[in-house]
Amino acid sequence: MSNIDSYRRKFISGLAGVAATATVAPGVFLRQAHAKAPDEPASDKVRWGILIDTNKLTDGGDACIAACKKEHGWGDEKHSNDAQKSQWIRKVTVTEKLTGHTVTLPVMCQHCETPPCVDVCPTGASMKRADGIVQVNKHICIGCRYCMMACPYKARSFVHEELQDQKQNTPRGKGTVESCNMCVTRVDAGKNPACVDAAPEALLFGDLKDPESKISKALKKYGGTQIRADLGLNTGVRYWGI
Amino acid sequence: MATKTVFSEVKNNGIGYWGVLVALGLLIVAGAFSVFHMEHEGHYVTGMNNQIVWGMPHVFAIFLIVAASGAANVATVGTVFGKKIYQPLGRLSAFLAASLLIGGLLVLLLDLGDMAHVEEMARGYLNFKSIFAWNMILYSGFIAILVTYLWTMMDRRKMAKSLYKPVGYVNMIWRFLLTMGTGSIFGFLVARQYYDAAIMAPLFIAASYVYGTAIYTLLLMTTYKLTGRALGDAVLNRLRYTLAIFIALTLFLELVRHLTNLYATEHHGVEAFILTGEFSGLFWYGEILIGALLPMFLIWCRFLKNNRLALATAALLAVIGGFFFIYVNLIGGQAYPLILFPNAEVSSSFADGAINSYSPTLDEILLGVAGFALAIAMVVLGMKVLRLLPVSLADDQVDPHYKS
Repeated sequence: MSNIDSYRRKFISGLAGVAATATVAPGVFLRQAHAKAPDEPASDKVRWGILIDTNKLTDGGDACIAACKKEHGWGDEKHSNDAQKSQWIRKVTVTEKLTGHTVTLPVMCQHCETPPCVDVCPTGASMKRADGIVQVNKHICIGCRYCMMACPYKARSFVHEELQDQKQNTPRGKGTVESCNMCVTRVDAGKNPACVDAAPEALLFGDLKDPESKISKALKKYGGTQIRADLGLNTGVRYWGI
Repeated sequence: MATKTVFSEVKNNGIGYWGVLVALGLLIVAGAFSVFHMEHEGHYVTGMNNQIVWGMPHVFAIFLIVAASGAANVATVGTVFGKKIYQPLGRLSAFLAASLLIGGLLVLLLDLGDMAHVEEMARGYLNFKSIFAWNMILYSGFIAILVTYLWTMMDRRKMAKSLYKPVGYVNMIWRFLLTMGTGSIFGFLVARQYYDAAIMAPLFIAASYVYGTAIYTLLLMTTYKLTGRALGDAVLNRLRYTLAIFIALTLFLELVRHLTNLYATEHHGVEAFILTGEFSGLFWYGEILIGALLPMFLIWCRFLKNNRLALATAALLAVIGGFFFIYVNLIGGQAYPLILFPNAEVSSSFADGAINSYSPTLDEILLGVAGFALAIAMVVLGMKVLRLLPVSLADDQVDPHYKS
């Protein structure tokens, strides 16, 4: 075989390789972007976010709340009274005074870009990961509750008692503060947060930094309302229909 | 000053002295049991919850910390402003300030959800964007400064004397920062309707002078009465008018704060809640009448000039009013719901849109009281072992030109 033939053959097989990658890669790359090795740090190349379409939430978010409870095991504290029990996500009913228009929506940690809870925490236990997920490091939380005072969304709860039978992926501790962590272990494993899977017709999870992601495209086309946008916190959770 | 001031320890050894210490000790022991109970069971045994996250222990802690800063002001006036009549009062002032601060900090510390993690913090987990982290440095630094300050006042060596003024200045500036830091705990809470205002910092500074001066006055009068030492009107009248002026200043700043709030529509709801709602009694009767108007009347009424009972009552009312002030701010500010959706009726299972209620349990109250008792016990013991008090504060001793 001449050198030219050999060159042609390599060129054609190379082309075929590129074509094959182009066909298969979207799926492959999608998985790679989602799943994260246990020792791999969170990347600031992504920012996770959730879009909630309240018009499509026929139950106002009940299924999301049930899924969150099941995933993280909060809300069944034995000794605490109702005001002391944890609520990572709650259903809020809003009726506008002038028009009487009523909307029901689930409210949880809004995963702010500049979270007040992180600013005020004396130990750095209240933290934001590079990928935008806001959560509490229970190993260094001293339980001062300053973050609860600072959170504009009342998204945080304090564990008022000793806990038994905890969920494997959600360690909780007496005397520490907790809140929605966007199901960080599920996200790291390439899965959706539990609430999103519980109401896939109304909730969309994805990377806000990737202009090609479904959530980015949807937000670019129709916008997305932030609760208390006046505070300028640039939340990672956005709503339609409020 | 006519003659050199002679200081001495408290010589009392009778039932009176030890009785006071035992009574304070019992309160401290009761507080210790409460801490053990809360720590062992968890915070569900308290009245605090996810809506009222800071309760009675914090009312006491903030009061004591703020009062500590004000108590050191008596020494500052003597050192920084060179008022000779205040100089013999400096030792007790610095010692009382350190004691109140330690009492307040202990209450704050013992209420934390997970004290085991505090150790981690000491190992360097500090977030310097947090005013809490700054406060930890400000508070511990304040204690170190007060100890040094006390040393410059008590040691006769030349070096100590030469440091008296510089340390006095450092102490004053540090106190300003410290009380501003404490006020800013509230000032930086952007989403809470009743806080989030820069005026919280100067308001707390003014309030600190009131509580510090009031506690100092009460302590001085009681001690001199029980130890049979002479205490003239010259000293007492200085304290009397200092107290009244700072009460007036606090009242003025509070007035400005509320008037500003009343102008802004977004704050009308919380203003109505505090001024006319559930907390209106605590605000008008507790903070304004008991804490400000009555003490000012007792001090400035012409017929009560040089009246010691009137002064003691005024100081006591100012202290009680101070607790009302902190309670209305801390609990009232949390009782009013966060506004997530303006101009809407809001409801949820997590008390959205609802006024939150709070009733403290005995454990919480005992923890707070124990902190106060500890501070006073430290002073009572300190008087016994250190020469904190002048043997006489009679008028001819402190100011030969004084005319009543």
